[in-house]
Amino acid sequence: MILLSLLAVPLAGGVAAFVVRSDAWRRRLLACAAILHTALTLAAWRIVPAPVLGEWLVLDRLGLFFLTITSLLFLACAVYGLHYLRTESAGRQEDAEESFLFVNAPEARFTGCLLLFLAAMTLVLATRHLAILWIGIEATTLASAPLIYFHRHHRSLEATWKYLLICSVGIALALLGIFFLALSASVESGASIPLTVDHFVGHAASLNGRWMKAAFLCFLVGYGTKMGLAPMHTWLPDAHSEAPSMVSALLSGALLNCAMVGILRLLPIYDAAGYAAFCQSLLVKFGLFSMLVAAVFIIAQRDFKRMLAYSSVEHMGILALGIGIGGLAKWGAVLHAVNHSLAKAMMFLLAGNILRIYKTKTIAEVKGMLRRAPVTAALWTAGFLAIAGAPPFGIFLSEFIILRGMFQGGHFWAGGAYLLLLSVIFVGMAGAVTSMTQGESCCEGDRVKEPFLSFAPSLVFAVFLLITGLWIPPFLQNAVEQASRIVGVF
Amino acid sequence: MLSAVALLGTSRIAGCIRISAAQGGLLALLLLCVRGTGSPYFWALAGGIAVLKGIVFPWLLRRAIRETDVQCENIPSVNYLLSLGWAAVSFAVASWISSLLSVPFHQAASPAVAAAVFMIFSGFFLIVARRLALMQVLGFVTLENGVYAFGLALAYDFPFLVELGILLDIFVAVFVMGIMVFRIHRAFDHIDTRQMTNLKDEP
Repeated sequence: MILLSLLAVPLAGGVAAFVVRSDAWRRRLLACAAILHTALTLAAWRIVPAPVLGEWLVLDRLGLFFLTITSLLFLACAVYGLHYLRTESAGRQEDAEESFLFVNAPEARFTGCLLLFLAAMTLVLATRHLAILWIGIEATTLASAPLIYFHRHHRSLEATWKYLLICSVGIALALLGIFFLALSASVESGASIPLTVDHFVGHAASLNGRWMKAAFLCFLVGYGTKMGLAPMHTWLPDAHSEAPSMVSALLSGALLNCAMVGILRLLPIYDAAGYAAFCQSLLVKFGLFSMLVAAVFIIAQRDFKRMLAYSSVEHMGILALGIGIGGLAKWGAVLHAVNHSLAKAMMFLLAGNILRIYKTKTIAEVKGMLRRAPVTAALWTAGFLAIAGAPPFGIFLSEFIILRGMFQGGHFWAGGAYLLLLSVIFVGMAGAVTSMTQGESCCEGDRVKEPFLSFAPSLVFAVFLLITGLWIPPFLQNAVEQASRIVGVF
Repeated sequence: MLSAVALLGTSRIAGCIRISAAQGGLLALLLLCVRGTGSPYFWALAGGIAVLKGIVFPWLLRRAIRETDVQCENIPSVNYLLSLGWAAVSFAVASWISSLLSVPFHQAASPAVAAAVFMIFSGFFLIVARRLALMQVLGFVTLENGVYAFGLALAYDFPFLVELGILLDIFVAVFVMGIMVFRIHRAFDHIDTRQMTNLKDEP
C-alpha cells in the first residue's frame, strides 16, 4: 500500500499540475505532494512495505535509503521553489549572461514535469527488476529534459539537446546490457529466467562469464553516462549550469544517485557469479579518471555553476571508487552518497540565490558577497568547506573512511592519487569561493533582501552535515549498514 | 538491414524518414516470425510496433520538417561515399561478430543478429556523422531498433507490461526530441548541431 502510494502521489500530483490553472494552488500542490512523499518514505522505515505486482516493485533497504535522500531533497527544492517560482514571474526576462530577453516555459509544465520526475525516480529506486529499472531511468531523462529547458533561450536549448541525446543513447546501450545478461543465463541452460536480481543471484552458477562481462560493460557505459562518470560526463556541466538552480540541485543530488543504483543493483549478481573483481577494477578506474577530469576542469573554471557540476563528476568518481575498492570503503561510499547529495543540493540552491542577486554566473564578477548578502555568503563558504571535504563536515568523515578502506585493502597507489586529486580540487574551489565572498562589492554596496525560504533548506542541510561530521547518529549508521550489505559482501 | 544501408546513403531527409518507417514495419514482421503468431499478445505487440515506428514516428518527424521547412539536403559532415564505406566495414564486422556468437538463437532469427548489430553501428554513425538534429533523431531510432532486434533474436520473452513500458519510453523520447528539433529551429533558425558550440570549457 505504501509502495503504491509512493508512486501514485507524485504521479497524480504531476498530472494534476498540468490541469490546475491557478499558480498559487499549483505551488501549494507541489509542496503538499513533496510533504506527503517524504512522510510516506519515512513511514516505510517503520512499516516494511509489501511487494506489489509480484516481484516487480520491491522497496528494499538500499532503495529506501536512496529514496529517503531523494525525497528529502525534493522537499527542500519544493520549499525553495515556493519562493523561486514567485520571482520567476511570467513575461519577458533578461538573460543574466548575454542580456537578451527570453520567456519561461509555462509554470504548469515545469511543476508537472518536476512531480513526474519524482515519480520516475521513485520507480527506479523501488524495484529489483532490471527491465523496470531501465524503464524508470529512461523516464527520468524524459521527465527532466523539459525542466532544463525552463528558461527558453539558446544555451539551455543546447544543453537540453545534448542531455537528451547523450543520455538516451547511453541508456539504449544499457538495454543492450539487459539483453546480454538475459543471454548469459540462456546460453548455458537454455531457459530464460525472470530479470530480477534475486533470480539471477539464484542462478549465478549457471551464468555465462563472457556475456556477463560484456553486459557489465554495456551497463557501466550506459548508466555511467547518466551518472556522470568521465569520459561520458559531457552532458553534465552543460545541463547543470543551464537548468534552473533547483533543478540542478535535484539532478545532481538525486538523479545521479538513481543512475548509480542501476549499477549497484548488478553487483550482487556479479558477486554471486564470481566476477566481482572484474567489476570492481573497472569501477576504480572510471572513478579515478572522473576525479582527474573534474580536477582539471575545476582549476580553470570561470563559471560557478559549472564548477559545482564538475564537483558532481568528482563525487560520482569518489562513489564509484569507494564501491570499487569494497569493504570499509564501500561503507564509506554509501555514507558519502548522503553527504554529497545534501551538500550539493545546498550549494546549487545557494548558487540560485547568487545568480538572482548578481545576475551573473561568472566567478570573477561576483565580489564582496559577505557585505551584500551575508547569510548566503556565510552558507556558501560553509557549503564549500563541506563539499571540498574539510572538517568538521560530514564529507570529510566519509572521504576519510574511504581512504582508510583503500589503505586497508592495500591500494596504496590509488589512495595516493585520490588524496592528490582531492587536494587539487580543494585548492581550485577555495580560490573561487574566497574571491566571491571577500572583497569590495562591485556595484551599489548595500545589502539585498534575502527571503527566508531562499536559504532555509540550505541552512538545514548545513546543520545536518555538521552533525554527521562530528557524530554519526545510530539510525544513520544502521541505514548505511543495511544498504551497503545489499550492495554485496565483498 | 538494407534499410540501414539506405539510410546512410540517402541524401534527402524525407527519403530517410520513409526508410526508417519501413524499418519499423520490418521489425514488427520480425517479431511475428520469431515469436510465432499464436498468442494475441504478440499480435498486439507487433501491431503496436508497426503503428508506432511505421506511422507515428514518421508523422512526428515529417511534421517537424514541415514546421521548420528544412527542405534542403541533409548535410553530412562525412560524405556519402565514406558513409557507405563505413557501412561495408561495419557490415563485415557485424557478420563476423554474429558468426562468433555460438548462441542458441532462434532459428528464424540468426540472420537477424547480424542485422541488429549492424543497425546499432549505423545508428551510432548517423548520430555522430550527420549535422542535422533531425538526422540524429533518426540515428537514435535506428540504434534503438537495432537493440530491439537483438532482443528479438534472443527470443527472450519480457512480460507484456515491460515491453509496453519500453515502447512507451521510446515513443516519448522521440516525441520530446521532435519538439526539441522544432524549438531548436525557432531559436537558431537552423537545426545544424555543428553550430551549437556555445557551451564548452577550455581546460
